[in-house]
Order: sequence, then C-alpha cells, then structure tokens
Amino acid sequence: MPSHDGAFLLEARGLHRSFGRVRILHGIDLSLGPGEALAVIGPNGAGKTTLLRLLAGLMRPTAGEVRLLGQPLGRGNHHARRAVGFLSHQSLLYDDLTLLENLTLAARLYLLERPVEVARTALDAAGLADRAGELPRRLSRGLIQRAALARSTLHDPRVLLLDEPFTGLDAMASSRLRDDLQARLSKGLGLVLVTHNLSDAWELASRLAVLIHGRWAADEPRSGTLEAFLPRYQRLAGA
Amino acid sequence: MPEAIRFALAIAAKDIRAELRSKTALLSALVFAALVLVVFNFARDPTVLAASDLAPSVLWVTFALAAIVALNRAFNIERENAALDGLLLAPVSREALFVGKMLANLAFVGTVELVTLPLFTLFFNVNLGRALPGILGVTALATIGFVAVGTIFSAMAVRTRFAELMLPVLLLPFMVPPLIGAVQVTSRLLAARPLSEMWGWVRLLALYDIVFVTLCVLTFSAVVDE
Repeated sequence: MPSHDGAFLLEARGLHRSFGRVRILHGIDLSLGPGEALAVIGPNGAGKTTLLRLLAGLMRPTAGEVRLLGQPLGRGNHHARRAVGFLSHQSLLYDDLTLLENLTLAARLYLLERPVEVARTALDAAGLADRAGELPRRLSRGLIQRAALARSTLHDPRVLLLDEPFTGLDAMASSRLRDDLQARLSKGLGLVLVTHNLSDAWELASRLAVLIHGRWAADEPRSGTLEAFLPRYQRLAGA
Repeated sequence: MPEAIRFALAIAAKDIRAELRSKTALLSALVFAALVLVVFNFARDPTVLAASDLAPSVLWVTFALAAIVALNRAFNIERENAALDGLLLAPVSREALFVGKMLANLAFVGTVELVTLPLFTLFFNVNLGRALPGILGVTALATIGFVAVGTIFSAMAVRTRFAELMLPVLLLPFMVPPLIGAVQVTSRLLAARPLSEMWGWVRLLALYDIVFVTLCVLTFSAVVDE
C-alpha cells in the first residue's frame, strides 16, 4: 500500500547479495506502505537477516537498490537514514555504559533535542525506568531485549526493521511490544518483522513473505488462519 | 554547532566514558609503558652508553608500543554487541564517526604519554627543562599522525580473527616515518640544538599528519561499510 503521496515508505528492487561466490539473495523485490506490517519468515540460512541488513543500509547490495521515503538509501542520505529503526540479533548496547547512557547516546546520534529526557522517556515506556543506572552486562536477556527495542524506536522511525523482536521477552513484555507496534502501525509506521515465531508474525502482520534460499517463495496478504497457513509454509520450506 | 561535530564529540565522549569505567586500555598501556622504561633502564650499561644517547629512542619506543596497546581497544568496544552497527545506522557521515573515534584515541594515547613522560625523566635522569614545550609539541605532532593511521587500522583489524596481532603488523610500518622524525627532533631538543637543525623533521611530521589524516578520513567508510 503506497503512502498518500504515492510513494512507498520502503522499496527494494532487484536486490542481490553475495559473499564471495556464495549468493545469499537473488533479485529480491519488496515494497512497504504506511501502516503495513510485513512478516518475513523462512528456514535458517534463507537470507532473512542479510535482507534486513540491506534494508537498514548496514550492508551494500551486490546489485539492486533500496529506497526509503522515495529516496535511495545511500550513505549520504541522512533524511532517509533517520527514518529507519533497526533491531538486530544483538543489542547494539555498550556494556560499559548504563542503559540511560546508552539510550542518551543513541538520542545524540540521531541529533534529538534533550537527549537525556528522550532516553528516560524511552526507558520508562519499556518498563526499565528503575534499571536506568544499570550496565547491560548485568541484565537478563529479556531486559536487554527490551532496552534494545527502546533504543531502536526512541527516534520515532517511520520504518521499523525487527529481527526476532520477541526473543527473550516474557509474556507481559511480548504483549506490551505487540500493543506498542500496533499503536505505531495505526499511526502509519511501516514494519518489517523477521521471525521464526509464526504465531507472533501472524498476529502482527498484514502481509507474509516466505524467503527460501534467497528468493521469495510467497508474498501475500495474511488471510485465513495460521493453522491453515502452516501446512503450506511447511511445504514451501521443504520440512 | 554543525551536526557532524556534535556527532563526533558524542562518539569521543562515549569512548572516554566507557574507558573511564572499564580502565582496560589506559591501565594496560600505562603498565606496559612503565615496564618498557624499567627494562630499558636496567638493560643499559651506563659505562658504555650514556642515558642521554639512548633517551630519545627509548621515549619513542615506549610511546609507540603503549599507543598500540591503547589503540587495540578502540574498535573492540564497537564489536561487543555489534555496537558499531548502532553508529553506522545513525544519520551522520562516516567521516564524523572517524573523527570521533580519533579524538577519543588521541585522548587515550595523549594521557598515556603525559603519564609516561615524568616516568621517563625519572628513570633516565633527563632534565627536560627548556626542551619541555618542544617535546610536548613534537609529541602532539607525531601522535596525531600515527593515531589517525592506528584508528583506521584498528577498525580494519577488529574484523579479523587475530585483531590484537593484526594491528601491530599493519600499523608498525606506517609508524616508522613519524617515529624517525620524532626521535630526531627529540634528540636535538634534549641536546639544545638550534631550531634550524630540526625544522626539516618538523615539516616531515606536519606533512605526514596532513596526508594521513586526510587519507584516513576519506577511506574510513570503505573500511567500515560491508
């Protein structure tokens, strides 16, 4: 679904990526409009994380192009980069800085006004206000994941790229994350969600795309039930 | 304040804050520098070699080796939890990121040098006296050059399997010109020789700084981008 001005929030055309002679992605096309949530699923080694890193601009495609807000996602395009939030397998947090210092730094990197205040608000929203002075290495996996999520969204991105966001979260934190993402989607966020957890993906996604060996095996609006989709997915994934 | 400068200062402040908390690079570099000075001091036979003849070389060998220990830490901190990705995602130029990392490294190496200098005068019984401003000046001039090169090689080495081994292998050949220049200027300063005798070396150091800082700023994005 394109935005009101006709442009997609995020668009990829003919994305190829190779590491040496190994080809990871083969001509991936993708488009994402405001309020759309695309769940990318697929077996291990399908290229999901590589795709997400290409979409975030952390990796250059061997061929093809990524456009954000209608502009090429080049290194010099700061306007487009500001629009992206990214959660990776790793927290992107510094172990020798407290959570508050980490998030304040992130706010400074995005050149936000009143960075300390922004960081405190983000920690508060993540239920981490009482942990603001703690170092990440002293926290559990779930708390670190919450801090990483807070870091990835504190600049209020228009496109959010999440790699396994529910990993390590307890039921309450998962529910809070789903609610937060739904609220952001209703305000026009574009979400790309990479996950192995099909039930989480099903609940959030408006579209599902199945990536197999670096190619789309399916890309379609969510319809029907997860139980009906599951056997088809297993056939596609070759399980 | 321009965005790039704010970004660079934020990066430098982050590195300094993290180092002050962990103290890993500073402490290890300082201990290493003290150890090198002790070894050189006791290995020297004072009846054969006067302290003043050996002092400039010892000072710069100590500075160089301690700097490598400190520079090794520069991008290790970015490897933990893939923190470098967080910097690369930010909407600011790679050049600003390089300048921020280099400023922090200059602060670390400068601190190590400032602490090492009194130890050096103590062990080698050198009276810096009127040479001190000149020594500080040449130290700054040489340090800027090799810290710039060290910053970029540290970013390169951290992606290899043997980062701690790779950095000296890559960096030491590039440290030779500023080290030769710095030793030459330091020996003349300690011998109270006229400025005209060292001017050529000072110009070499300044030229090295200009060339390598520029090259490092321009090539940094090729090093950090995948």
